[in-house]
Amino acid sequence: MKIKVIVTLKNGVLDPQGKAIQQTLNGMNFGNVEDVRQGKYFEIEVKEKDEKKAKSLVDDMCKKLLANLVIEDYKIV
Amino acid sequence: MRSSVIIFPGSNCDRDMDVALKKFGFKNQMVWHNDQSIPKSDLIVLPGGFSYGDYLRCGSIASKSKIIKSVIDFANSGGLVLGICNGFQILTETGLLNGILQQNKFLNFICSNVYVKVKDKQNKYFKDLKKDLLELHIAHNEGNYFCSDDELKSLEDNSQIAVTYCGVDGTENEKTNPNGAIKNIAGIFNKNKNILGMMPHPERMIDKYLSGEDGSLFFKNILDNFK
Repeated sequence: MKIKVIVTLKNGVLDPQGKAIQQTLNGMNFGNVEDVRQGKYFEIEVKEKDEKKAKSLVDDMCKKLLANLVIEDYKIV
Repeated sequence: MRSSVIIFPGSNCDRDMDVALKKFGFKNQMVWHNDQSIPKSDLIVLPGGFSYGDYLRCGSIASKSKIIKSVIDFANSGGLVLGICNGFQILTETGLLNGILQQNKFLNFICSNVYVKVKDKQNKYFKDLKKDLLELHIAHNEGNYFCSDDELKSLEDNSQIAVTYCGVDGTENEKTNPNGAIKNIAGIFNKNKNILGMMPHPERMIDKYLSGEDGSLFFKNILDNFK
């Protein structure tokens, strides 16, 4: 079963890459871009048929490795 | 004094560290990350570099490697653990030190000499150090130290801030902050101050003709405090 995870920086944590992308978009005449936050996307193939169990495993993985909870939030989608 | 330098795939300051430690009389050994245990040591060093290509987050993969359990046990038993640059990043990812090293504020790789102010001397690294300012070298893309407000307060309350970026006259402000680190932090301790993580490289400042010798002072001081 494939589980998808999105990791993003927490609100309030500076995202210099997002800022640079926003400024570039603004410079390309996408003037209405007000903010960009960059994140990470994972697709994890888990050998598990039960969706609830698979998601709970991935939740553990997020806490232990995929996200650093000091600055990042994660969402299992 | 016996020391061990841990080598991860992608470490690139391990040999510099070996040269520096031996120059001042440490009995140093190199330890591979896949080893189960560390030879008897008084100091363990996690060197600089790009362990595992900085994949996922700097230091995150190395913080789960086989040898780390021994490093954590050693640290928790009070042993001296020094993490330089990528070693500092690994220490924050293991949770031995608070916070995280984020990408530099202006997205640039910085390679330059800097001055750092020694903020605390009640520890085995800086006790009786004759200088308050050291000229050291930094080379990093992710050195922008960040932690929560609560963690910062706790670092300040327990004098866990080890070194901060400053000017040649000791001024600490935005101008003397190369990477955007919170409070100009260049290095921190754990609560017991046996673990030190810092971005600047003392091992690059050990030759009077090539670089300057403030790194020499640092290594000699650790030895003097051990005697």
